[in-house]
Amino acid sequence: MGHQVLTGAERRHVGLRKIFDRVLPIILSVAVFVAVATVASLLLTVIITGGHRLSWNLILNYPSANPEDAGMRSAILGSIFTVGLSALICIPLSIATAIYLVEYSRGGRLSSILSYNIANLAGVPSVIFGVVALGFLAYWLGMGRTVITGAFTLAILTLPLVTVTSVEALKAVPDDLRFGAYALGATTLQVVRRVTLPRALPMMLTGGILGISRALGEAAPILVVSGLLFIREDPTSLFSKFTVMPLQLYNWISRPQPAFIELSSAGIIVLLLILLALNGAAIGLRQYLIRRMGQNWR
Amino acid sequence: MEIESYNQLLKNYMEQGKEAMVDISGPEVVRVENLRVFYGDKIAIDAINISFKRNNITAIIGPSGCGKSTLLRSINRMNDLIPGAKVSGKVYFNGIDIYSRDVDPVYIRSRIGMVFQRPNPFPFSIFDNVAFGLRVNGFKLSKSELYEKVKDALVKAALWDEVKDRLDKHAYSLSGGQQQRLCIARALAVDPEVLLLDEPTVSLDPISTARIESLLRSIKDEYTIIIVTHNMLQAARVSDYTAVMMPDENMVGRIIEFGETRQIFTNPRDKRTEDYISGRIG
Repeated sequence: MGHQVLTGAERRHVGLRKIFDRVLPIILSVAVFVAVATVASLLLTVIITGGHRLSWNLILNYPSANPEDAGMRSAILGSIFTVGLSALICIPLSIATAIYLVEYSRGGRLSSILSYNIANLAGVPSVIFGVVALGFLAYWLGMGRTVITGAFTLAILTLPLVTVTSVEALKAVPDDLRFGAYALGATTLQVVRRVTLPRALPMMLTGGILGISRALGEAAPILVVSGLLFIREDPTSLFSKFTVMPLQLYNWISRPQPAFIELSSAGIIVLLLILLALNGAAIGLRQYLIRRMGQNWR
Repeated sequence: MEIESYNQLLKNYMEQGKEAMVDISGPEVVRVENLRVFYGDKIAIDAINISFKRNNITAIIGPSGCGKSTLLRSINRMNDLIPGAKVSGKVYFNGIDIYSRDVDPVYIRSRIGMVFQRPNPFPFSIFDNVAFGLRVNGFKLSKSELYEKVKDALVKAALWDEVKDRLDKHAYSLSGGQQQRLCIARALAVDPEVLLLDEPTVSLDPISTARIESLLRSIKDEYTIIIVTHNMLQAARVSDYTAVMMPDENMVGRIIEFGETRQIFTNPRDKRTEDYISGRIG
């Protein structure tokens, strides 16, 4: 092929392909620029509007009618409680589901039906999960419009996302390793525990991070579950009433006073910082696991 | 676990009055009768009848897609792991039908080891790779016993001298040929009776290949070895018996000839064997 003499028509074709090869990177870099510029301008707007409102009051105080005193303490705690709890529910459940789908019901009919439905679930609008949780968990099961209901709502919401990533993580483990372990007389449980799960765990955690990030930013389902509350106390138990950061921000933005608009910008910065800290911690954990796996794993 | 539970298994069989030919010392370790394997609706191999003799090396040769690997995987129930694979017929291991309901495939695989086409060491240290089978099979060993077993296996696999000073190093730090010998050591560590090798040298250079061939010859007095290869010279070099497989017009693989390696290569009975060996087909 490489040494054949090309006819005129083929040569022109080559010329065209070379032009494409030149132009495509330009188009692609424009796309990258648009994405980066959008995020940058959003961040900049938020920082310019709310930067001077950043203060310890914002984190330590309860909401107040006076913008100078107002803080989002109850919302921050509410977010940490519900999102943390939802991660504790969602991540183990997702990993268990993925292990069943990939390692136990390998390629079976049930497995494909379940996978298909889980993927569909990921596309359901989040407010639907809120409505279902309000009807089923809060009223029918009598859990009330509380922290635990909020946590379950977020867990169900993020379950498909984290499950799909966990399934992909397990599928990414080469079958070579699986077969190698089975061929030595390992049971499925041993194969999972000693070979596939340790290898898939870092990627599963990445899925977990995505899930947590999404849960932290969700307003709609929590609005349905908890209502738009004005809370001046910390959530102290699983059955406390609660609010979350996105709802507090929504509340401030909808007020007429410019001071509250600035306050909500400052609140967005706090939300982003918490998100960043959470992601950073999870990435650190993932790197730690990868390093440990690379060395002497027993 | 080892011998005791194995005898227990045999005892159970006899007490149940099963019509199994129980014979642990006989010349046939594995006997395949009327084996047919489906993938979905498609028949991959059919009418397979063959037996494998103790402490011999049997080579299975044939062109790509003739079902050599499928046959090999049927012998330690690795086909169970392939979605859609279905097996009919009988495979006897020491007279026990390994597909009968009360035989645990996990147990079969610990007695019939397997080495794959591409080296597939686990992402652990060299030591942990070899110890893996001992650990999962629940051998109760002290630290020094475990070390001795690992050492024995590495010695048999002709790898000990190269790795004895770096057993705690990651398996991926080894070369391809060393990795494959590590995989052989890993399989030998659980002390199987039969070792199945699925084109074990296909991804290796000639020197690594020669090493593996000589190690196979050196361990054949202790194990029964079945090796799939499409390298005919390899079959001629290492094996005592050779089975030739060939797909028919529907791509269903069958054994067309089986006999002593010398006879197959010098005086084949089947015209297709002759053509295949002389390089006219395949």
